[in-house]
Amino acid sequence: MSNHACFAQALLSDESICPAGLCSSNGADPASRFAVYRNNVQGSLINALAEAYPVVAQLVGQTFFNAMARLYVQDFPPHSPLLNDYGQDLADFIQGFAPAAALPYLADMARLERLRVEAYHAADAEPLPPARLLAAMNQPDRLGQLCLRLHPSLRTLHSAFAVVSLWAAHQSDAAWPAFDLHQGQHALVLRNALDVEVIAVDLGAMTFIDALRNHWPLEVAAAYALDAQASFDLGQCLGLLLAHGALIDLQPHQKA
Amino acid sequence: MNSALIHNTRHDIQACAPSLPPRAGLGLKSEHFKDVLEQRPDIGFFEVHAENYMVAGGPFHHYLGLIRADYSLSLHGVGLSIGGEGPLDSEHLRRLAVLIERYQPQSFSEHLAWSSHGPVFLNDLLPLAYDVPTLQRVCDHIDQLQNHLGRTMLLENPATYLQFQRSTLDETDFIREVIQRSGCGLLLDVNNLYVSCINHQRDPQAYLQALPLHAVGEIHLAGFAEDQDSLGDRLLIDDHGAPVDREVWALYQQVLERIGPMATLIERDNQVPSLTTLLGEAAQAQALLHQAQVQP
Repeated sequence: MSNHACFAQALLSDESICPAGLCSSNGADPASRFAVYRNNVQGSLINALAEAYPVVAQLVGQTFFNAMARLYVQDFPPHSPLLNDYGQDLADFIQGFAPAAALPYLADMARLERLRVEAYHAADAEPLPPARLLAAMNQPDRLGQLCLRLHPSLRTLHSAFAVVSLWAAHQSDAAWPAFDLHQGQHALVLRNALDVEVIAVDLGAMTFIDALRNHWPLEVAAAYALDAQASFDLGQCLGLLLAHGALIDLQPHQKA
Repeated sequence: MNSALIHNTRHDIQACAPSLPPRAGLGLKSEHFKDVLEQRPDIGFFEVHAENYMVAGGPFHHYLGLIRADYSLSLHGVGLSIGGEGPLDSEHLRRLAVLIERYQPQSFSEHLAWSSHGPVFLNDLLPLAYDVPTLQRVCDHIDQLQNHLGRTMLLENPATYLQFQRSTLDETDFIREVIQRSGCGLLLDVNNLYVSCINHQRDPQAYLQALPLHAVGEIHLAGFAEDQDSLGDRLLIDDHGAPVDREVWALYQQVLERIGPMATLIERDNQVPSLTTLLGEAAQAQALLHQAQVQP
């Protein structure tokens, strides 16, 4: 192994290993000095994860989180100097992490927090002026064939747990409103101007939004939504998307 | 290519390089974006970590764009791994060029260190053995970077905690040789200098004396944490988490006496205090810069 390969391997291991060929001018055990680098590497990566997953950390406590993150860091160190991207698959790691099995919603909370980081740094786009949507609505014969483009930051998550309510409950010190943790929720995550928002929507709206993301025209997206939820309200859903700056453009459907 | 041609290329690169104003500056932290825009503090420049801005959009670009319109900018890389055993990451070079094109910083700097090996990024500035093969590799990487960016860079002296048995050169000789061969400048981190000298029982005065101070293009000042090694000796850790130490201020003053006023950054990356507190430290540096200016 090359010098850096040995050094890197020891940095990501537990306390015992120190690479060969090191020395200290005062004759101190090089292991006591190498430990500074190991602490820096593992500590800084654990901190990066804690910053990206603050509610996951709150749910399990800092000690548990750090221990779990240390195992993740050792097994899955970053493969890019862009630390904003680090920990993309922490949710999958949590899903298979037996000591966290008592919190079955933890992996979905990690997925939600990952979407927030992605939305925060996603590309910019100006929201659609409401007048353009209104003008389109005044041409009912063409309306169904319109494709609505969504903000590049917009992401969705389907969870079997009330992750949006649980996330919201951790955003302030106020008492939690009552909610059923086992009531599944559909989360819409997006950046509105400079702020990342997390919104719970119903199944119809989620189906509609996912269909738009897959470039289906309005009438097809609405049909899917109605199929998923008979009470789906198209006007209300478009109003929600407009209000949160989620729509950025509309154009006629391009037939493949 | 003959050596005269190489020399000319370097000369051209240097001739068009802008520089930071010889004033005190601050590291720009995201928690201070709004405060900076509201207060518009009177400082010489801001410095940002390049990697934090290698994102598509959002608040980081929004605020940096607004702040760049009014301030000089130093772009400071922490992830290129110039001392790495493998080739430089071409994708990372491309991202750097894009950022530089977008924000037109007055200075670009990186570290005399390595941080990646193979596919793995270790997120720390790791120490290098000072031998001839490493010297060649570092010079090659700096040549490649400077040619790619079409400008010279500043190389920061490291804070280190251990040494390598296979080192054959002093750190200062190594740095002087890199600067001479590659034509890059020196980002003199006075805290790193102090930390390394204490950790390796070197005399900071002698270290300073041995550095190519004519090449300094920026100075960094920061605080350190204090630990002990297995012998109970002081082991200083460059954690950027404390105010600048008294000893470091004293060394800084000596540097200014030697080279005159020079762009000086107050660096704080951990336990970041209020903007007002950091501005107070920048004002301390500015006062010393002013003294250096008025001296004959």
